[in-house]
Amino acid sequence: MFAYLLRRLWQMIPTLLGVVLLVFFLFRKFGVDPAQTLASLNATPREIAEIRAQLGLNEPWWVQLGIFIKGIVTFDWGRSWATNETIAHLLATRLPATLTVTLPILILDTLIAIPIALGLAYARGSLTDRAIMVGTTVALSISFLVYVIVGQYVFGFQLGWFPVQGWSDSTWTNLVVYAPLPVLLAVLVGLSPQTRLYRSFFLDELGHDYVRTARAKGLTEPAVLFHHVLRNALIPILTNVGLALPGILIGSFLIEVYFSIPGIGREVLLAVNRSDYPVIQAVTIYVAMLTMLANLLVDLSYRAVDPRVVLR
Amino acid sequence: MSGAPDFVSTAMTSTLTDPLPMRRADGVWRSAWRRFRRDRAGMVALAIVLAYALLIACTGSGLLARHWQDEVGVPDAPPSFLGAAAPDLPGAAVPASPAASVAANVDISDVDPLAPRYKEWNERAAQYHAQSKPIAATLPFGGDRLGRDVLSKALKGTQISVSVGLLAAIVATLIGASLGALGGFFGGWAGDIVEWLYNVVTSVPEILLFFAFAAVFGRGISTLVLIMGLTGWTGQYRQVRAEFIKHSRRDYVRAAEAIGASAGARMFRHILPNVSHVILVRMSLLVVNFIKAEVILSYLGLGVATDQVSWGTMLLESQSDLILGHWWQLAAATISMAVFVTAFSLMADAWRDALDPKLRGQR
Repeated sequence: MFAYLLRRLWQMIPTLLGVVLLVFFLFRKFGVDPAQTLASLNATPREIAEIRAQLGLNEPWWVQLGIFIKGIVTFDWGRSWATNETIAHLLATRLPATLTVTLPILILDTLIAIPIALGLAYARGSLTDRAIMVGTTVALSISFLVYVIVGQYVFGFQLGWFPVQGWSDSTWTNLVVYAPLPVLLAVLVGLSPQTRLYRSFFLDELGHDYVRTARAKGLTEPAVLFHHVLRNALIPILTNVGLALPGILIGSFLIEVYFSIPGIGREVLLAVNRSDYPVIQAVTIYVAMLTMLANLLVDLSYRAVDPRVVLR
Repeated sequence: MSGAPDFVSTAMTSTLTDPLPMRRADGVWRSAWRRFRRDRAGMVALAIVLAYALLIACTGSGLLARHWQDEVGVPDAPPSFLGAAAPDLPGAAVPASPAASVAANVDISDVDPLAPRYKEWNERAAQYHAQSKPIAATLPFGGDRLGRDVLSKALKGTQISVSVGLLAAIVATLIGASLGALGGFFGGWAGDIVEWLYNVVTSVPEILLFFAFAAVFGRGISTLVLIMGLTGWTGQYRQVRAEFIKHSRRDYVRAAEAIGASAGARMFRHILPNVSHVILVRMSLLVVNFIKAEVILSYLGLGVATDQVSWGTMLLESQSDLILGHWWQLAAATISMAVFVTAFSLMADAWRDALDPKLRGQR
């Protein structure tokens, strides 16, 4: 077990190095010149050159890459070029807003989709099942943007149930006043694909031998479904939720941009527009690390859920 | 999870009896088509997709919606079935003040130094014909803020959005399938390198890749295609790699190796036809995903250029239209997109069922 963990962690290093190189060269080679962005519109070439020097952009690329890697090792990313905020502070202040929206979305989506999918699997092939499956196909074919535009217009503007947009300093106010509308819309959008996915997981399980055995010994269909199938289908469901975990940190940037939520997704968008390399690099590395850790966590949880799984 | 399709047994028997590999592939596809034809929902979906293809061909060749950029109606012209808007616009209803118009008409020709040349100028001006086109008060499905016909825009937008999705899916499939074939067939250090690339690309947040590639290629259709192709190949890679790993150990491939088939021949002549349906089904899913991604990217300012129209730019414009109560642009974009994407998804589902009868009726 310990050897397995050590090897998995060791294997992350080349991937992380690849991410470092990709982000470093992609933005430096092709991105907009950050000095140009930071300087005012009518800055003289000399002023731009001075900003370049100040940011250390005139150093040879290996020196800049060295600073980047040093930042990863020490977790000290320095300050944002645009706002002079330390990166640690910037992320710590933006993360709560993102989590206030993304955590409820993930939890609600999973908790609502599992019973619906189980019900559909129970009633598979019936008219209800087919009607709902067609319904989800139609729901899936409508753009996320349409849900957001229409939802904001109807619930926020016309009916006035929710504020159209906004954010406050109090987590509680955010959670009960400003987050519900974006959460509701995102859950609506996420429900169709999740239900379809979980239904297919359940149906996959229904084809296995243990289900036939359970039926053969006279168990009722609900007992088979809730007791045997649900437990076994938890493995792919867990995988799916686990792999969604890194995503909740960067958040749905579309929702954050649309509803003006000061979260990490919006910050990344701003950083890219301003060529704010320290922010871009820090967020990318964190998300890459979390993605890899989530993968590891999912593999470890297989073992916890299913003792037959052998970790290699 | 998409299941493991398995045509190997049929493929093998026909290898023994039939020396022509092309005929063998035909059989699989023809029987799939026979199964597909029995699927009524699939056939309806196929008919809708073909109708869209016809419309797109007409729009692309300029038969339809060629003049989508012309201002043919009043700004925000309502749809014809609603009737013309009441003239309650501020500004349009305010009559010019009489005092001002009198003051402007005082004859000052005896002090005006330019007065002797007015006649000559008027004659010259008369040589140019200014044509003012009649502007419609209503349009079949309404107009946008600039008075452009929403129906033409929707046609043109359909053409752009669908071709972007299709082309991006082709690019992603080419990248993903060739890398997957490479990694799955050879394994070893080549496989490790490809797998490393996959890990790196999937670890970077998508939006960062989008932005970085957008910075490289600039704005426009080809950018969109490249962005989505270069970031969206990973799913296809994963699946093709798994298929190639599975197939490269099968007896029919070993047999091909034993009679001296080269690695390339085994990959492309023997394995590829047996996994092509997996690639196609995955590609059709990509088309749908990319069409939806185009909308989001357009909203974030990474979409098609400003002088072009797509479902994404239409939705972007409709956001401000809606607040004024002008819902038709939103409706046109949403309906044309929803019908196409639904039909395409249903067609892809039917296709998968037909190509993979073992999974039939399961999802």
